[in-house]
Formats: sequence, C-alpha cells, structure tokens
Amino acid sequence: MVHTSLDVVDEKISAMGKALVDQRELYLGLLYPTEDYKVYGYVTNSKVKFVMVVDSSNTALRDNEIRSMFRKLHNSYTDVMCNPFYNPGDRIQSRAFENMVTSMMIQVC
Amino acid sequence: MEGLTLSDAEQKYYSDLFSYCDIESTKKVVVNGRVLELFRAAQLPNDVVLQIMELCGATRLGYFGRSQFYIALKLVAVAQSGFPLRVESINTVKDLPLPRFVASKNEQESRHATSYSSDSENQGSYSGVIPPPPGRGQVKKGPGSHDAVQPRPAADQQEPASPVVSPQQSPPTSPHTWRKHNRHPSGGNSERPLAGPGPFWSPFGDTQSGSSAGDAVWSGQSPPPPQENWVSFADTPPTSTLLTMHPASVQDQTTVRTVASATTANEIRRQSSSYDDPWKITDEQRQYYVNQFKTIQPDLNGFIPGSAAKEFFTKSKLPILELSHIWELSDFDKDGALTLDEFCAAFHLVVARKNGYDLPEKLPESLMPKLIDLEDSADVGDQPGEVGYSGSPAEAPPSKSPSMPSLNQTWPELNQSSEDTAIVHPVPIRMTPSKIHMQEMELKRTSSDHTNPTSPLLVKTSDLSEENKINSSVKFPSGNTVDGYSSSDSFPSDPEQIGSNVTRQRSHSGTSPDNTAPPPPPPRPQPSHSRSSSLDMNRTFAVTTGQQQTGAVAHPPAVPPRPQPSQAPGPSVHRPVDADGLITHTSTSPQQIPEQPNFADFSQFEVFAASNVTEEQDGEAEKHPEVLPTEKASDPATSLRIAQADGKIEEKTAASVPANVSKGTTPLAPPPKPVRRRLKSEDELRPDVDEHTQKTGVLAAVLASQPSIPRSVGKDKKAIQASIRRNKETNTVLARLNSELQQQLKDVLEERISLEVQLEQLRPFSHL
Repeated sequence: MVHTSLDVVDEKISAMGKALVDQRELYLGLLYPTEDYKVYGYVTNSKVKFVMVVDSSNTALRDNEIRSMFRKLHNSYTDVMCNPFYNPGDRIQSRAFENMVTSMMIQVC
Repeated sequence: MEGLTLSDAEQKYYSDLFSYCDIESTKKVVVNGRVLELFRAAQLPNDVVLQIMELCGATRLGYFGRSQFYIALKLVAVAQSGFPLRVESINTVKDLPLPRFVASKNEQESRHATSYSSDSENQGSYSGVIPPPPGRGQVKKGPGSHDAVQPRPAADQQEPASPVVSPQQSPPTSPHTWRKHNRHPSGGNSERPLAGPGPFWSPFGDTQSGSSAGDAVWSGQSPPPPQENWVSFADTPPTSTLLTMHPASVQDQTTVRTVASATTANEIRRQSSSYDDPWKITDEQRQYYVNQFKTIQPDLNGFIPGSAAKEFFTKSKLPILELSHIWELSDFDKDGALTLDEFCAAFHLVVARKNGYDLPEKLPESLMPKLIDLEDSADVGDQPGEVGYSGSPAEAPPSKSPSMPSLNQTWPELNQSSEDTAIVHPVPIRMTPSKIHMQEMELKRTSSDHTNPTSPLLVKTSDLSEENKINSSVKFPSGNTVDGYSSSDSFPSDPEQIGSNVTRQRSHSGTSPDNTAPPPPPPRPQPSHSRSSSLDMNRTFAVTTGQQQTGAVAHPPAVPPRPQPSQAPGPSVHRPVDADGLITHTSTSPQQIPEQPNFADFSQFEVFAASNVTEEQDGEAEKHPEVLPTEKASDPATSLRIAQADGKIEEKTAASVPANVSKGTTPLAPPPKPVRRRLKSEDELRPDVDEHTQKTGVLAAVLASQPSIPRSVGKDKKAIQASIRRNKETNTVLARLNSELQQQLKDVLEERISLEVQLEQLRPFSHL
C-alpha cells in the first residue's frame, strides 16, 4: 500500500514541475475499494517524502489538520537530521521524534 | 589527588560495603558509626584508621560520602597491603587487594572473597597479605554483567599492571581521554587487584544477596568507581557497555567526575555536591568540560560543529543511539552545533551515562543551556528523567531571556510584523505635526490589531522625523516621527500614527494632510481635485486606491516641502523645510501627490509664513518647535499651517470655508483635507468628518489659492497672511482627509489580507 502510494507521489512530483516548492501535496483519493484509507503525501524541498496513511473510518481529517501534522512531522524530521550522530537513511530512533509522532497520532484518533 | 580507580571487583566490593554502611539508605553518606566499625574490622591500627579517614577526606567533610568511603576502603586495602598510606597510593598501588575487614560474617567474606577476588591469579603478589582469593571464578556472582567482567579479567590480565593507575592515564592527560568507564579500565583492573579477597563482610554477603542488584550494581557501578572520576574514553572495546545502570547507586559515582586531576578530596566534594542535584555539574566537572571544549573550539563563545562533537563523543564508546539521544537533549537550539553550555550538558550526560545513569527523556534543568535565543526550541520531553532525578534546581535559568535577546527577538518579529503591517498599512509616516497627531489617533484606532511594540516605533520616531521616513518607515513610521508617540502601536498605520503622534505632540492642528499618508479614503470623492494645482488629491487618491500598500511608501518623497513651519513658530521653528520636508510628510503616495501641490503652495507659503509667523504663532510656535524637532521632514509649512490652524482654524475654518468655497476652488478631491483641523486640536478636530469634507473643500480651496500666494507674497502682507490662513485650513482639511484615507486604507488592507488568506487556502487545490 505504501509503496503504491510512493509511486503515486513520484508521479505527482514529476507532474508538478513548476510547483516543486509546494509542500502541501495532498493526495486525497487513493482509496481502494476494500481498504478505505487515504494516503497523504508530503514532499520536502529535499525530496524527502512523507506518506501518511489514514483510515477513512476516521471522519476524514480536515485538510488543515493533515497539513499541520505534516508540518510537525517535517519539523521533527529536521530536528532528527540535525543530530550528527544520525546517519541519513537509518531508521529514526529518536525518542523525541517518536514521541512527537505518537502524540500526533493520538491526537487525531 | 588523582581519582581513585577501582577495578570492577573492587567497585563491587566497595559498593557493597557502602551499602552495608549505608544503613540509612541514603546512598550518599554512610553512617560514620558503621564506617568506623568497618575500619576497626580492618584490623588496622587506630592511627592508620585515622590517617585513612583523613586522607579520604571524611574528616574534612565530616561524613563519609561514597567517594570518601571508597577512598577509605582503598586506603584500607593499601594499608593492609602494607603500603604506606598516601593519597597517591590509592591509585598507584597496583594490584591492590581488596581491603579486608574482619567481619563476623565470614561466609559472606568468603563469598565476597570469591566474588571479588576475581583476580586472585593476577594478584599473586599480594597473596601473601591477602588471603588467597577465594575462587576467582566466582567473581561475577551476580548478573550476567559480571560475566562480562569475568572474561575481562582473563583478558585483561595484563592490564592489571596498573589497574589502579589506569584511570589516571586518561583524565589528567589527554584532553579527550576520558576516564574509561570503570568497566573499561576495570576491564583491566577489575580482576586484578582483587587478588586478596579481602575481608568480606558478611553484611555484604547479605547485602549482596539481598541486593544482587548490587552485583548488578557492581557491574553497573564498576564503571565509575567513585574515584573513577572520568569516564575514560579509552580505546578498549567497550565491554562494559553500560551494563551498570544502577541509577541509585551510581548516582554518587556519577557525580564523582573530577577533572582529570580529580583527587579524592575532589571526589568527595563532588559527591557531596551531587547529592543535591544528580545532574548538576560541579565546578570541577565544569572546568573539565570547558577545557575539553577549548580543545575543540578555542573560542568559548563559539560553537562546536556537529561533526566534531560527534567525533568527540564517539570516543566515549557509547552506543550511537545513546549519543544520538544525548545530542537531542543537549542541542538545545537545534542548530547542529554545540555551544559551551550545550557541550557541557552533553558531556555531562555522557559521563552520567557511562556511570550508569539512564538518560533522561528531557534535559534536566541544571543542564539546560542558557538560552540566548528565546526562540530556541527546547528539546525536552516531558517525562522526568528515568534516573529519577527531579530536575534539580536549574543551574542556569532554563530559559535565559535576557532582555537583549528577547528584545532582539522581538525586533525581528516586529520587523516582520511591521513588514506585514506595512503591507497592510503602508501608511507612510508623515512628519507633519498636525497630521501626526491625527494619524496617530487614527492609527491607534485602526491599528489596534497590530501589536507592534512601541519601542520600535519610538525608535523610529526620531528617524522618521528626519527624513522621508515614509519610504523606509513604512514599518516604523510612527515610531520615528512621533517622539511622543508612545502609543502608536501599529506599524501599518505607522505613517498615520506617526503623523498622529507628531500631531499629538505638537498638538498642532496641523493638519498636515500630507503628513500621514492617509490613503485617500475610497469613499471620499476622489475626485479630481479641481485644484490640482494646489493639491493633487485626485492623483493622490487614485494612486492610493491603486496601491494601498505601496502608496504609503512611495508617497513620502513626493511631498513637496511644506511651507516652513517657521511660519508658525516663527524663527524659532524653522523646520528643516525643504522639498523633502513636505515629502516626508506625505506618508502615502496618494499623499505625495497632494503634497506636491502643497509643495508648490506651501513653499510659497513658507516664504511668507516665515514672515508672518510671529504674530500668530506665538502659541503655536511652541508647538511647532516640538513638531519640528520630531519631524524634521515634516512639512514646515504644514506645521505652520497647523499651528496657524490651531489657533485659527476653528475660526478660520468657518470663515475660510466659505472663503475657500467662495473661491470656487474645485472640491478638493482629497477628503482628508479637513484632517488638518483635527490635528490641530488634536482631539477635537480629528473626528470631524464633516468638517473633513468641508475642510477638503476648504483645503482644496486653500490649495488652489495657494499658487497664487507666491505672487502675492512679496506683495501684500495681508495677502500672505490670508494665504497662510488658507493654507492652514487646507492643512487641516488635508490632515483630516489623510486620516480618513488611512482608515480606508486599513480597511482595504484588511480585506486584502483576508483575500490572500483565502487564496492560500484555495491554492492547494490548484494542484489537484
């Protein structure tokens, strides 16, 4: 599922050649017949992609909420990146990061 | 005194002993009684015991802290081994057997002996003195961690060479050598000196068993034997990877971090200090950290780049994950670099970690770097340290909010906000006194939403008053222009504010309509100012409408110099009248335009304003001087007019209105004209919209008539005076118009903002 979304994200990225700076790439609609979920994509300027999958059971999160979540996610990610001990590409093990993500997810559930 | 290095076994032993003595479970201080008892059991002569106590610093401290206790135990071992009691002997004596205390609990002894005499083999030399190490193999009696130690002894047989000394290597010398966690050196040391089982206290046995955790503790503690002040980042493989996480017991040890040259005394002190705040950095520690910092970054105020810090801390042999966490905690401002404070915090955390303390989830208060930047995000979790340390009293104020930094912070914010506000209310700041006041008032009203600290405004005030602040002062126009404009708080309306401020100050009626660039109020008849010559309000308004925001900025310069205020104040008030002066007055482009005509008018006006000043302006003169100083650029003419207007406007207005009207001047497009009057009386005139219109008309009339002034100037004094009056009236009108326009501008700007917001909201959809 996630991989599929990634493909879609790539597609979108290549599509929006002019609006590369857009961080609010929302991709609503990737709903599969059986699994209703929504996938939101978010691309940073450095082409780092964040994919968020939510169940549609949750009364669709508002667009703003998703955006704010992505923003927070982005901020936390940059914080993690700042850590010189972190090798890009490793699994993020930052506790603060995980806490943030968890709290965010709990918030919307 | 060098730090005390304990082998693992020693550490364990000592810890057990300590626990034994720590009947109060303070984990910090052992009961003296017990200690004495212990020492007596050591079968040492009393004087030796006393000497030991003195050496370890207990006598000085009055109690036995952990470090003191350990030192004492070591000394006991030394003494028992027959070595002279010296501080140096603590660490220099190699293969020191465990101190033996003849205790009643022999079983434990043996047990202990067994456990602690891990290096019995190694210690051969001391066998004579020390009872043969009871089965070494048993050394690790506790948790598997011991096992780790176990292999070590074997492997580190050689190390024992200077078990006690090993620690010494690191701290004192190489800056980056951190005392290896005891485990490491102990790796070497651990086994060694435990040749002699030493007296094993039965209590220990109990405690041991009771606290097999103690064993674990040992292993955990081994890292930093109390005297092991520094975690040495030696190159030995981190066998002891933080096995010992024994928060409680390690606490004391952790704190014992002495600078390289830690001595027992230091240790003791450290220990005691640690009692208060587990995370507090003692002075020695801090000094050591600072020294380390210097080795990386000579400038204490500079930063250590992330990569350098990474290298440095990697030497500590902590797992990358731990280091990463430590970094997260200590890099307070998330800039990828460590300041001195951050570095000390990180170092301290590493030290603590090596000593077995668990890393907290959030940075302890005492480790928080002094925030310079208020905006720094504190990466502190909300959970209390796992170690169980309640953030003890912060060493440094958790968030240093020095007034300067905060101020600095606010400034940029202000700037930005002003930027925004400027955009919103690009009200150029007019220096005209009359206007200023009016503007100020208007601004205050309208710009309540913009909370720009007045400080910048105030600061700017001075500047504004001088030049065409309009351009630059879009943001802080009011600040500058109006000295007394403390109240002006919104940037956007700065120009207006300033104008109003100034106006206020001067309390000139000043209607320097051109001053504050009141955007031509849309509702106002923008009309063609029939008297384009006098005041091209049409142009002004047109412009204003078009460019609400830019207007303000662009406007200023165009303001033709107002007639020297000298008129009013007379000679005393000679504003720096000049073409620019007027220009400055015009806060907004719209105003500029009007001002230009004014310029033409006023310049003439000035000419004879000066001449006429004296008479009327006495009262106003004072005001003008005030005005002048503040708004240098302000339009002297305007002020003059204002001044004049002040005194006369009311009377004149009525009179002039008809007169002006009679002049058939085309209705002044600029509704703001009437503003002048407002400025004059400051509060009275201001809100006089009707008057405004009237004034506008009057102003237009006046302005229209102004061109004629020059001609008459030289000719007829009366004419001059009349023109002066007219100009004043015009000023008033214009000022009023200005204010109204400004209000309108604000409204429009607000609308614009809302539209922009909407646009932004809609923007994402464009991508879909």
